[in-house]
Amino acid sequence: MNTLMKSKPLNQNPIQPKQEHKKTVIEVNRLNLWYGEDQALKDIHMNIPENKATAIIGPSGCGKSTFIKTLNRMVELIPTVKITGNIFYREKNILDPKYRVEELRTRVGMVFQKPNPFPKSIYENVAYGPKIHGIKKKKILDEIVEKSLRDAAIWNEVKDRLHENAYGLSGGQQQRLCIARCLAIEPDVILMDEPTSALDPISTLKVEELVKKLKENYSIIIVTHNMQQAARISDQTAFFLNGELVEMDHTSKVFSNPRDKRTEDYITGRFG
Amino acid sequence: MHFINRETIQKQTKKRMAVNHLLKTLFFAATMFSLLVLAVLFYRIFTQGFEHLSFDFLTNFASRKPEEAGIKAALYGTIWLMAITGPISIVLGIGSAIYLEMYAKQSRFTRFIQTNISNLAGVPSIVFGLLGLTVFVRMLEMGRSVLAGGLTMSLLILPIIVVAAQEAIRAVPQELQEASYGMGATKWQTIWRVVLPAALPGMMTGSILALSRAVGETAPLIVIGALSYVAFVPDSIWSGFTVMPIQIYNWTGRPQEAFHDIAAAGIIVLLALLILMNSIAVFIRNKFSKRH
Amino acid sequence: MKKHLSVSELIQQNKQKSRAFASIREKTIPFILFICAVISVFTTLGIIFTLLFETFTFFNRVPFIEFITSKEWLPFFESDPSYGILPLLSGTLVVAVIAMVAAIPLGLTAAIYLSEYASERTKRTLKPILEVLAGIPTIVYGFFALTFVTPLLQKFIPDLSFFNALSPGIVVGIMIIPMVASLSEDAMNAVPNSIREGALGLGATRFEVAFKIVLPAALSGIIASFVLAISRAIGETMIVTIAGGATPTLGFDVTSSIQTMTAYIVQVSLGDAAYGSTIYYSIYAVGITLFVFTLIMNLLAQYISKKFREAY
Repeated sequence: MNTLMKSKPLNQNPIQPKQEHKKTVIEVNRLNLWYGEDQALKDIHMNIPENKATAIIGPSGCGKSTFIKTLNRMVELIPTVKITGNIFYREKNILDPKYRVEELRTRVGMVFQKPNPFPKSIYENVAYGPKIHGIKKKKILDEIVEKSLRDAAIWNEVKDRLHENAYGLSGGQQQRLCIARCLAIEPDVILMDEPTSALDPISTLKVEELVKKLKENYSIIIVTHNMQQAARISDQTAFFLNGELVEMDHTSKVFSNPRDKRTEDYITGRFG
Repeated sequence: MHFINRETIQKQTKKRMAVNHLLKTLFFAATMFSLLVLAVLFYRIFTQGFEHLSFDFLTNFASRKPEEAGIKAALYGTIWLMAITGPISIVLGIGSAIYLEMYAKQSRFTRFIQTNISNLAGVPSIVFGLLGLTVFVRMLEMGRSVLAGGLTMSLLILPIIVVAAQEAIRAVPQELQEASYGMGATKWQTIWRVVLPAALPGMMTGSILALSRAVGETAPLIVIGALSYVAFVPDSIWSGFTVMPIQIYNWTGRPQEAFHDIAAAGIIVLLALLILMNSIAVFIRNKFSKRH
Repeated sequence: MKKHLSVSELIQQNKQKSRAFASIREKTIPFILFICAVISVFTTLGIIFTLLFETFTFFNRVPFIEFITSKEWLPFFESDPSYGILPLLSGTLVVAVIAMVAAIPLGLTAAIYLSEYASERTKRTLKPILEVLAGIPTIVYGFFALTFVTPLLQKFIPDLSFFNALSPGIVVGIMIIPMVASLSEDAMNAVPNSIREGALGLGATRFEVAFKIVLPAALSGIIASFVLAISRAIGETMIVTIAGGATPTLGFDVTSSIQTMTAYIVQVSLGDAAYGSTIYYSIYAVGITLFVFTLIMNLLAQYISKKFREAY
């Protein structure tokens, strides 16, 4: 693992935080992305540490959502997208056309902005991932479903109605169900794209608590437009503006003593 | 000096409102005319055909004597035809729709297929009969069989099913697909486990409505040579056959008034079948449309 | 990252087992679906080639000039048959014109009523009724024309013969009312409400809004619906076969028996014209004429609604 870090001139980039003795799970290198003619991401370099929560903040349209969707190649669902550069996940370049996206997305899971459970039962929602990956035994599935729902802190609310339609849950419950669905295939990294933007404050709090707990076992990257949220739950914060990564450092440092004037303007609320 | 004279305006307004009211009534009356026609049509057919309706009518074959004539052969023929047309057109139609909505790239050829489908929907049904006569009856030597009729009908309703299935697929929220891809599902897994289950009610509604169109079609089957006087039930896909609309046509064309009443009775059976199919379609639509 | 049940390991094992199968599946299924989609293209090609091929045989026996200029269509005349399409064309045209005269005012007013005046509740009752009207098989309309409309008309027009152009024309018109109404209503619904509200806010009546603002804005869609309706009327078969008669006559007498192109094809199909006879091939020549006319109408309708569409 560390050989990779030695061989790449990572620390030449001045905006990178000092590497401590921790592992990097995703390394982004000279990433550029275009939607047709419009460049949405410009020369991004970033290291994402293992078992930490990394927050990505910035005003709308700054490319933060695009960036996170590039990490599991969901961005490719838009046909006009063009990408250059490298993204290494556990030392393998995922932008290599030979890298199978299904493989990648099994390891790098995603939770979306709007809760998007399938119009199936709660049980079937969580069992969906294991099933598509060939796990068919009911006993194992039962166990996975229970464990995932427990890990997503929703088990007590739904254990008596596992076979009811997921659409009967509240928005906040739906989002935690979606997190459980994501956990069911035991990903390594979890991408969260503004997971609380459609939720009320109490549900938001529950999801935030959950993220804090999950980062013990998972590497989490969370996009948010809520700076307090980033401050509350993340270890590192990256600030995006106009498709560029302006600054990335320890969350406490970014919020108390930002290096860049633009970061300061943004977190003090002068724009955005 | 005012440019606007309140008095004139008030007078004119009264007139304008009167015109508005008059035309509203007129438009309403015109709309009601369609309803009136429908009522007269149903009334006529029921009063004419009702007394001939009996269990015997459903179980008798056609006959030269009006009082013994029945619709059995045609009823069975229609069911045979549906048993062939239904699976073929639904599989091909849904397959085409999945291809066009989920796989096809935005290319000139895709647009060509799409335009072609909408134009095909506008081709008169009798022209499909000519196609069936040459290709299925003559070239593929199926003869005037129920198979040839079923294939012809499949092609006729294919465009309707494709368009309905495409709409059903488009109505599935994009977020559901994203959720599936996000878990590492392949494209086909996403289609099979997420898109199709969500789109199925819409597809079934569209398919049943298209099939009910096929049940009522007459002309193409006459052209491919379906029989008009049949005293047997098809026993295989190679059998000759007749269908309800052709049987009704046959009775309508007889000079004796009594056969017109029999035709009306046949129409009641046909309409009952169509109403049944449409009710199922509406039921499916209402039952599943609340989900999203 | 130790877990008491390692799902990720299980997944990894399954991946290796099923990868070959999955990759075959992901490659073959799109191909199979593509074949499904291409069948519709082959249907069109099949129609065109069938019609062209059989028509070619027909023109080997009957001169093309005779087909388009002769004023008589007498294929069953054994000693001296004559194949002039004009009488069938005029029959088709007469029926289509009568149908449009009936369908345009009724269909358009129904559309205006539904789109501009009717409440949501009225709409919810009236639209399904129009759908029922559209779903009735043409054989039923044909029966209705012959046994009800014709006798009714004979009370007003004593000269009207038992088979005539008027009765099926009117009934074809009734059949296409729902089509005109629903397509025109779609066009009018596409006019944004803000425009209506602007005019109503200035004190315009509903009628003035409908005629001075909505109709002009929706005109291309409305005209396209008329053209499509004409195409439907031309291709309609059973109503005219049952109530129109089988006498191809060049002229525009609506009270006497006529024959349309579609009715001729049915007449030959029901008769015992031998395979390979000139009469057999003549239905393809008539069929291709019908196909070309309806295709032109359909393309024209697409052109109108695309070319003159107002962009909001």
